[in-house]
Amino acid sequence: MLYLQLFISFFKIGLFGFGGGLAILSLIQMEVEQYGWMSQQEFVDIVAVSQVTPGPIGINCATYVGYTVDGLWGSVLTTFAIVLPSLIIMLSICKAYFWLQKRFTGNPYFEQTLRALRFTVIGLVASAALLLMKPTTFIDPVSWIIFAVVALLTVSPEFIKNKVTDVISHPILLIVIAGIAGYCIYG
Amino acid sequence: MFWQLFYTYLKIGTFTLGGGYAMLPLIQREVVDRQGWIDEEEFLNMIALAQAAPGLIAVNSAIFIGWRVGGWRGVCGAVLGAVLPSFLIILAIAMVFREWKELPTVEAVFKGVRPAVVALIAAPLFKMGKSAMKPSAVSRQPSALFLLISLAAALLIWLAHVNPVWVILAAIVLTLTVVGIQQSTFRKQK
Repeated sequence: MLYLQLFISFFKIGLFGFGGGLAILSLIQMEVEQYGWMSQQEFVDIVAVSQVTPGPIGINCATYVGYTVDGLWGSVLTTFAIVLPSLIIMLSICKAYFWLQKRFTGNPYFEQTLRALRFTVIGLVASAALLLMKPTTFIDPVSWIIFAVVALLTVSPEFIKNKVTDVISHPILLIVIAGIAGYCIYG
Repeated sequence: MFWQLFYTYLKIGTFTLGGGYAMLPLIQREVVDRQGWIDEEEFLNMIALAQAAPGLIAVNSAIFIGWRVGGWRGVCGAVLGAVLPSFLIILAIAMVFREWKELPTVEAVFKGVRPAVVALIAAPLFKMGKSAMKPSAVSRQPSALFLLISLAAALLIWLAHVNPVWVILAAIVLTLTVVGIQQSTFRKQK
């Protein structure tokens, strides 16, 4: 039963994971919360780990959840389950590539749906961030200061494009600095 | 072909931090410039497809290129190569993390990291919004209408705890309906 549940959940995440990494987070969060597979703090922590380790966030989360729920085989199962929808859909697309290209390029239904999905993904990412703004992650005013500073530095290259903003907006660097700040303040 | 694709994607998977989008330039360099497996134009088509289709972008691109270059064997090689590095790294971390988590030092570090992670999730919204608002040739609707979809999606999931799956399905059905109505009135006008 547990295996089946894990499989269905991560298959669903793979199937509806439009827009890649960040958009997939709200899907994962909903599933793991619903079944109590991971606490919210653990979820944020694993997103943090994903940001500083190589590879797609979806695979990282799937592997971690699988392992915490049911060890090695759990992680193999969840990783397989999140990849499987991609395999089915992308291989179908590859096989019908030219047919699809002729049929769907310029098709208003197809183009507008893709456009709507891009905007839906924005909402999904926003909800992932909003869902995490809770006392478990934002424990005191210092948390909000860290949040504001990291957010500002991340978007800084959008306003001032130079070498300095390029370096200070790097997610890995920001996470490491936030970690050091955490150690100094709470340690 | 299996090993060649496996090795190429293993390399890409091991050395890219920050997920799918960060992988694309590396994939391009390996697959288009170095190996010459597909040309530039097909690569761009591939990116469009990998983004439009559900699932992880890195995995989607691995499947496409694997299939183009080496059929079934190519797909297996490329997907395994793309997935294996992050799978093994996270597995190793997961094995120790449950114990480390309890350490006061680790907990203090993560207290600082957690709000930063939320900021890293939220901040790209700015860029995503900007690029989504760019006018496109195919659209007759103003972008403001689409922004309502973003807003509704965020609020439904955040406040009403609606599963994102339903939100995505609703957005698809809504768009198809609206386009359907537009098409039929357009035809009547003709």
